[in-house]
Parts: sequence; C-alpha cells; structure tokens
Amino acid sequence: MTVETTQAPQIVSRPLSHRRREFRRAVRSMVQAKWPLLAALILFCVALAALFGPWISPLDPNRQDIMVRLADPLSEGRRNAFFLLGTDGLGRDVFSRLLYGARISLTVGICAIMVGGTIGVIAGLLAGYFGGWIDDIIMRLGDIQLAFPFILLAIMFLVILGPGVVNIIIVLGVGQWVTYARIVRAQTLSLREKEYVEAARALGDPTPLIIFRTILPNIIAPLTVIASFNVASVILSEASLSFLGLGVPPDVPTWGAMLADSRDQLMANKWWLAFFPGMAIVLTVLSFNILGDWLRDFLDPRLKTMG
Amino acid sequence: MWTFIIRRLIQSVIVIIGVTLITFTALQMSGDPTYLYVSERATEAEIQRTREALGFDKPLPEQYLNFLGNLVQGDFGNSLSYKRPAIESVMEALPATLELTLFAMFLAIVVAIPLGVVASLNRGSAVDGSIMTMGMLGQSIPSFWLGIMMIMFFGLQLRILPISGHVPFIMPLIQGDFLRAFTNLPQTLYYLIMPGFAVAFYSISRNARLVRSSMLEVLGQDFVRTARSKGISERAVVIRHALRNAWLPVVTMIGLEFGFLIGGVVVVEMVFSWPGIGRLVFNAINQRDIPVVQAAVVTLALVFIALNLIVDLVYAKIDPRVKL
Repeated sequence: MTVETTQAPQIVSRPLSHRRREFRRAVRSMVQAKWPLLAALILFCVALAALFGPWISPLDPNRQDIMVRLADPLSEGRRNAFFLLGTDGLGRDVFSRLLYGARISLTVGICAIMVGGTIGVIAGLLAGYFGGWIDDIIMRLGDIQLAFPFILLAIMFLVILGPGVVNIIIVLGVGQWVTYARIVRAQTLSLREKEYVEAARALGDPTPLIIFRTILPNIIAPLTVIASFNVASVILSEASLSFLGLGVPPDVPTWGAMLADSRDQLMANKWWLAFFPGMAIVLTVLSFNILGDWLRDFLDPRLKTMG
Repeated sequence: MWTFIIRRLIQSVIVIIGVTLITFTALQMSGDPTYLYVSERATEAEIQRTREALGFDKPLPEQYLNFLGNLVQGDFGNSLSYKRPAIESVMEALPATLELTLFAMFLAIVVAIPLGVVASLNRGSAVDGSIMTMGMLGQSIPSFWLGIMMIMFFGLQLRILPISGHVPFIMPLIQGDFLRAFTNLPQTLYYLIMPGFAVAFYSISRNARLVRSSMLEVLGQDFVRTARSKGISERAVVIRHALRNAWLPVVTMIGLEFGFLIGGVVVVEMVFSWPGIGRLVFNAINQRDIPVVQAAVVTLALVFIALNLIVDLVYAKIDPRVKL
C-alpha cells in the first residue's frame, strides 16, 4: 500500500512537468525564429480587436454621417470625431469597422475549423480504427468532395440558405473535414497496432475509450499544424464570400464586405477604402500561415531541412 | 491503361451524380423551394401554380429523377431575371471564364517552375529568401484584393494596363472564325494580364515553394550526383535530370489546381467586370436567380471534372509509374 501511494504522485506529475518543459522549449524556439513571434503578436492584437471591439473602437461602425463622406485618413470630423483611417462612402469610420471586422473573421475562422475538425477527426478515427466498409465509404465521400471546386458549393448553399454567421461557419466547416479525416486516418492506422493500444484492448477497455482516450491524444500534434493553415484559408474564403455579398447580413461590418463597398469608389482613387481592410486580411492570414510553418518545423524538425 | 481509363470514367460519373444530389438537396434545404421562384408579393394561387408547374408538389424521388432528366438536357429552367433558359446565359459566359482559368493555369506553371528552380539552386541566398518570402505572402493575399490593388497601381496610377474589358478568343474559335480569333489573340492576352495574375498569384506562390522543396530533395539524390560526376554540364543536370523529377508533384496538383483557380476566377471576374460566369453568378446572387446559379455551378463543376479527367489521363500516359 505504502509503495503505491508514494508512486502515484510521480506518475501524475511527470507529464505535467514534461508539458511545461515542452512549452518553454516552444517559446524559446519562437523567440529565436523572430517571425513567428511577430505573427503571434499580430494575432494577439487581432484577437484583442475581436474581443473588445465595441469598447476600444472610437465610433459606432454603422454610424453614417453624410457630412464627412470619404474623409481622408487622419482627418477630423464634427464633435471631436477623429478618423484614423478615413471614412467610407457613407461617412462611416473605417478604423471602427476594421475592429468589428476582426470579430467576424476570427469567429468564422476558428468555429469553422472546429466544425470541420470535429467531423474530420471522428470520421478519420472511425475509418482508421475499423477499416473495411466504414473506411471505404468515408474516404470515397471525401474523394468526391475534393473532386469538386468547393467554393462553388459554398456559393450555392449560401444563396439558397441565405447569409448569416452560422450558415457560413457550417458551410466552410463542412468544406474542411476531408483534410483532417485523411491525416487522422493515416495516423490511426499506424497507432492501431502499437503495443499500448494492444494493451488497452487486452485490458478490456471499451472501444470508444480506446479510440478517444488512447489514440486521439497521440494524434493531436499534427492536427494543430493543419488547423493553423486551415484558419488562414477559411478566413480567405470568408472574405471572398463576403465580397460576393454572401457573408453575413449587410449591417455587420466584415473585411470582405468593406472591400466590396470600396469598389464603388475605385475610380475616385480613395485608396484607403480598399487598402486597410485588405491589409487586415493579409496580416491575419499571413500570421496564421507563419505560425503553421513554424509549428510544423517545431513538431517535426526533420522537415526543416527540406522547406 | 484501359482499366485505368474505365475506372477513372466511372469515378467521374459518381462525382457527377454526387454533384446533382448536392445541388438538389441544397434546394430542398430551403424548406419549400417554390418560394425561391416567386416574387415576395405573390398570391397564394400564384405560389400554388408555380409549385405545380415546377413539380415541387410531387414526391421527392420523382422530383429528383425529373431534375436529373432536365439536367441531362441542359434544362435548368428559365432565368428569373432574363426570362430565357438559364443555360443559355451560362454558355455565353463560359468561354470568357475558360480563357481566364486556362491563362491563370499557364501562369501558375510557367512562372512558378523557374522561380522554384532558381530558389533551390541558390539555397539560403538573398534570392532564395525573397522568392520564399513572396511565396509566403502570395498564399496570404486574397486574389480579389490583389486585383483591386493592381487596378489602382497599374491601371489608375501608371495607366499601363486596362482596368477592365475583354477581347474574345475562344468564342470566335468555336464559331469557326479562326482569322478573327488569332488577330484578337494579342489583345486577348493584353487584357488577361491583370486578372490572370490576380487569380494565379496564390498558385504561383504555392507551386514555387513546392518545386523548390522537391528540387532540393532531388538534387541530393544519387542519380544527380552520378550525372554530375559524368561531367554533364550543370544546366543539363538541372533541367534534364533534376527538374524532370522535381516537377512531378506540381503535375499531380494540376487537376486539383483547376478547382482552386475556378474559385478564384469567380471572385476576380467581379473586380475586372470580366464577362464570365463569375460575374453572371454575382448578378444572379443579388437577384436570387436560382436557376442561373444552379446552371453555373453545375456547368463549372462539369468543366472542372472534365479538365481533371484529361489531366489524369495525360499524366498516366506521361508517367508510367501511375497506377490507379
């Protein structure tokens, strides 16, 4: 008895300190590589804008003021209004709209990969663990979906279902599951035969427990890399759909919709209307891509020599 | 070879059936699809009449078979805003979209491969660094924003490239007017430069990175060392021995690339007022013209599946290692 009680804390504490060490190693590698650190900082700012947009934005993003239409960046309006990034064709403050736009981009990006990731992970685990006809059906479905330009499907569904944050999250999320399913399946196939999975099976653990407790934790790492790249591409897709007028209702400011509005003023050479929302998209997407690259190198240093 | 072709054809048919099922389901998901075809002020009797005319009162399997039957004949119903068959509008717009897609595809290969090769041969240098930085950036820029920025810079500031306009090439070709098609060609390409680059930039960036990493892999292999030790010129080693193997991953991507490019084309057409399917779809979206959206989506899907099939068959012919 005494032997067991003295051993138990050790077993529990080992993974924790290991995790902390891994975390420190990650931070150090990030600081060393510089760019990922900058990317993380940018994303931190975008996240702040998304979370606290209503409190930090100087003006109501939908307040129209016909007196200050198309004001230049850094110009002043009535009642001490200051337009850091100018105003649009309806006299709305571009900076405030940018801050609100961060909210939609991040929400859609993160929620869509959670939807797609959940479907894909479950499908991949089932396909990899059980094999046979389950595997066949799931993977063939994936093949069919990949054999089709996805944005077209998204357009069709959104035209019929109508715009809305939830619809766009579901449509873009469902578009992503195949990537996750393929990777999870491949990993599960190789883990299925490992001794510790064998051991769990021999101990009589129920199958769901083996799948989700024994296998799943061991395939999380490569998924974070995919997820990082995926958020980037979902944000790009969301911007495209918003640009086409298929995103969220018109009274919600999004970066894509701001770019769509800017087209009316294109000939008038009001550059700030198109420049700033576009830069917001580029910086956010670029940051996710840089983080994904770094994460991949960090988790699998063998790849570094190649890329 | 024949079994490969037949398997690939069967696969395409399954995908097409999948596309029709999805299109059909999308309609049903809106609740009662009749409401998509009538104006908001329609009376109950009008709605009922439309429902019967379009067959939405029939059981679902029958509706699907009808839908499939019409689709085979290219009948998606009349456009709600143009009052003529939706497929006609789509077919008129298709050549312009094909021109843009194929040109972008051309750029995505012809520009990307030299960039990737140069980067891999100068690994770690400033040239490599700037190509890789451009590659990273290119994968983060929305194509339509790039289009807008190009219009502002090259079109409105420098005034060296046209900001919109289109000179048809494929259309006269189909009509058999070869003389007009080829006299048009220089102008066609001139108007294609900006929209083409806007669409292709993402793919150029990705392919350049792909070529670079697979070149680096190939350059370290034994057969390249053997070629070098035989005293063959560096040029021949790179082009004949290394590149020939290194660009295979890019070729495998070409099929899927089309799908990606079509997505970009749809959005970029809007920016340049390109008279293709993308602009058609955009206008149809604003007017909730469901038949046109459906006809456009299904047509583009078919084009994509056909191009994909062709690429795969050609690929199987080129690379004897491919077996499916």
